[in-house]
Amino acid sequence: MQKKINDFSITVGTKNGSGSSTANNTILRAIFKMGIPVSGKNLFPSNIQGLPTWYTIRVNKDGFIARQESNDIVIAINPDSFAKDLASVSAGGAFFYADDIKFGINRTDIAIYPLPIKSLVRADTSIPSDFRDLVGNMIYVGALAYMINMDLETIHTALSFHFKGKQKPIDMNFNMVKVGADYAKNNFEKKDPFYLEPMDATKDLIMTDGNTAAAIGSIFGGIQFAAWYPITPASSLAEAVIDYLPMLRKREDGKKTYAVIQAEDELAALGMAIGAGWAGLRAMTSSSGPGISLMTEFAGLAYYAEVPVVIWDIQRIGPSTGLPTRTSQADLTFVYSIGHGDTQTIILLPGTLDECFEFGWKSFDIAERLQTPVFVLSDLDIGMNQWMSKPFQYPDVPMDRGKVLWEKDLEELKGNWGRYLDKDGDGIPYRTIPGNKHPTSAYFTRGTGHDEYARYTEDSDVYIRNMERLKKKFESAKNFMPKPVLREVKGADIGILAFGSTENAILEAQHLLDKENGTKSDFLRLRALPFTDEVTKFIETHEQIMVVEQNRDGQMYKILLAEYPQFAMKFKSVAFHDGLPASATWVRDGILEKYSASSEQKAVSAKKKASVKKNAKVAKPSSKSKKEAKKK
Amino acid sequence: MVTETTLPMAGTPSNLNRAGLAKNDYRGNPTTLCQGCGHNSISNQIITALYEMDIVPEDVLKFSGIGCSSKSPTYFLNRTFGFNSLHGRMPSIATGALFATPNMRGIAVSGDGDTASIGMGQFKHVMRRNVNMVYIIENNGVYGLTKGQFSATAEKGLQLKKQGENPYMPVDICMEAIISNASFVARSFAGNPKQVKELLKAALSHKGIAVLDIISPCVTFNDGATAYHSYAWGKEHEQPLHEISYIPPRNEIMLEREMEAGEIREVALHDGSHVILKNLEHGYDPTNKEEALRISNEAAQNNWLLTGLIYVNPEKPTLTETYNLLDTIPLNRLTEADLRPDKAVLEKVNSLMF
Repeated sequence: MQKKINDFSITVGTKNGSGSSTANNTILRAIFKMGIPVSGKNLFPSNIQGLPTWYTIRVNKDGFIARQESNDIVIAINPDSFAKDLASVSAGGAFFYADDIKFGINRTDIAIYPLPIKSLVRADTSIPSDFRDLVGNMIYVGALAYMINMDLETIHTALSFHFKGKQKPIDMNFNMVKVGADYAKNNFEKKDPFYLEPMDATKDLIMTDGNTAAAIGSIFGGIQFAAWYPITPASSLAEAVIDYLPMLRKREDGKKTYAVIQAEDELAALGMAIGAGWAGLRAMTSSSGPGISLMTEFAGLAYYAEVPVVIWDIQRIGPSTGLPTRTSQADLTFVYSIGHGDTQTIILLPGTLDECFEFGWKSFDIAERLQTPVFVLSDLDIGMNQWMSKPFQYPDVPMDRGKVLWEKDLEELKGNWGRYLDKDGDGIPYRTIPGNKHPTSAYFTRGTGHDEYARYTEDSDVYIRNMERLKKKFESAKNFMPKPVLREVKGADIGILAFGSTENAILEAQHLLDKENGTKSDFLRLRALPFTDEVTKFIETHEQIMVVEQNRDGQMYKILLAEYPQFAMKFKSVAFHDGLPASATWVRDGILEKYSASSEQKAVSAKKKASVKKNAKVAKPSSKSKKEAKKK
Repeated sequence: MVTETTLPMAGTPSNLNRAGLAKNDYRGNPTTLCQGCGHNSISNQIITALYEMDIVPEDVLKFSGIGCSSKSPTYFLNRTFGFNSLHGRMPSIATGALFATPNMRGIAVSGDGDTASIGMGQFKHVMRRNVNMVYIIENNGVYGLTKGQFSATAEKGLQLKKQGENPYMPVDICMEAIISNASFVARSFAGNPKQVKELLKAALSHKGIAVLDIISPCVTFNDGATAYHSYAWGKEHEQPLHEISYIPPRNEIMLEREMEAGEIREVALHDGSHVILKNLEHGYDPTNKEEALRISNEAAQNNWLLTGLIYVNPEKPTLTETYNLLDTIPLNRLTEADLRPDKAVLEKVNSLMF
């Protein structure tokens, strides 16, 4: 049997709330500490305890760590999902299971490893009975470790990290790992091809989740006020802010320079953040779809009254309550024009953990510079799953507090200023902040019609002037947006445009398309809306642009159609919405379905493997593209 | 707030207060509300109270929601920052804003629709958080800007021109406030400006949330002679719990000797000021919460317009006090040096990320 080294997936099927996340994170971290590229995705139900939940780990020596759709090793601990778990093992795979689950096993194409988890745990009388189920999970960690050559020392390191150095739980869990490993050693004959071998590919990386990264980024952005309301998958962001602030912003006098409030609902959460932002604090809130819906009213106010505030939307699948624990990129068009009337929204789109950190601080700079709400659209996959990441980079620019006038500025201006006056011609006015003692500092903020001096008016000309200035401000915003990330190859056939957490899947899909189909692609990962010049250039220089995203309707595709109508025919929508983290095979198949070779020559030169699948679909579009060529 | 006791310099025009400001410095734009609207009379009392208390306009923040009442912050204190926010959502805006400058006092104006219908949730929560502001409800039992619909404080049986008869029991704002752990709750009547002013002064001196439910007649839509929220009915039926006088911190309290025991009660507020309550109804004690709820309920059952300081707890910590905030400089004056941890801290963070 040919060994498969550092290239396989592991899926654990357990019950929600059974403590398996400790075990699964331990496996993930131990592999990471062995220097092997790895990712872990928690596929969990909206439930506290009892429903089936899966944790899937991808190990890949080449660094392709998007979710893998096939399961090479499956560990089945949950009787309720046992049949499904057994059926899910790929041919030639390995199947570990708790042997107290009495269920006929009819597969002969996989390696079977029954684990007497219950009796092994009971045999250790030092374990209190109410800890048995929790600690029992470590049996499969140990057995798996022995069978695939996972380093026990790195498991110990992972447990020490998890239990923050507390000796008792570390020992109790590690003992069970050893029991599991010993059992495997004495009872199992290796019948599967999967092995780990230490590498050196993760040495300079860190591992955490996007919500933690965002929280820490916000702290390095000088966060002063956060208001929030609990919601999956966003709660852990606010909770990380609460966790880390006392440690990272400690003062010698013990006084606090920040406040975090759990509000009564999301309306109040954003209302409080807007109040704080208006009064000069770096303020934010964090939520997900249903909460963002409630925030719509306030978002419109902040847009029109021009109040800086940062809103993190950790997207989950809608509409309505939707699938609360599944990932999505479907809030895009909603947020882009959130609120009634004409509005435009600044949106940041982090795609990696270090970008969650970076946008954590940068979003405050942009919000204060532009005096408008800044939405950061993350998602459940990047927000809640553990990801490898480059270490967080310290902000490379000083804080930008934007156009603020204090007492001495007003003295110099002799009080001659207007809150909504476009003095610099960039649509961005100057603001004063409550507490300013200058007698001309005050103004009255309102969501009703107002003139350049913040006075109430219903005058049509003034209304239009103000709305046009806001539009100009949105144009100026392009100067402050993070630039997209461009990956180019020579002689690319297609351009891929995407954003957010799908990056790993796309990079791998590009590799597959090249290897299997001879299709080369350039990849532009958007990091913000509005679009910057780099996006225009990318669109101009590519004949076919695949817009890859995780929603039903191709929301980014639609925005592109609206913003670039002259290039409308170039865009192809590759959208999917199953709520699971993106996989490379999905991206590849989606692109192949929409791809039409631009000339017959290319179609001929494409490798045979793809031609079977592709040719039928290629015929019509390619004649269309000839017509296009003629027009030119 | 100015608490210094220096008297004006000799030769200073006598219409300047101890903050060196004239009453005009406290005025706002001309009102656009109806002539005779109770809200205008309340705006005037706000101007007078702040002027007489020597409060600097820049030390106050104004907040409001949406509705006739919520327009009124435009009509006082032009030199004060104001935020006319969303319908029923003013409390959240004020809560966030007052963290930026915890030493500033908020004056919030809302209405019965803004507070007791669409804003009931935020109203209850701003009470329990004890946000440091005066929360005035200009209560007229009716929606004015949308032309005469019932509000949640309208009495059962009220007849309105287009709406017919109100079938529901009213919300009692003061009882809601007390139940939600408000620390200062009073009811007044716009037709009794002296009491409004004294209660406003006491409310401004109170530390934490101070609710003033002021019956403020709508002369256009709900001023029928038998309506609870009308001038005529209020003038006829108002029953003050006591005669209230506000005594600022710098003044010695002069007790009127002829008062008999039980006829006078003195409540010390946190900033050193006092309120003197005279001619007490049954020796009413506004620091007793059960008594406050009992008398409020009795008034509601009997359709009494009971006015005065219903409940006060001068010692409850404010929201911002519970946060142990830096108090040497307002949070909104902090700079990068205070707010961005240095590079070594980030290196430590990275090392903690497994």
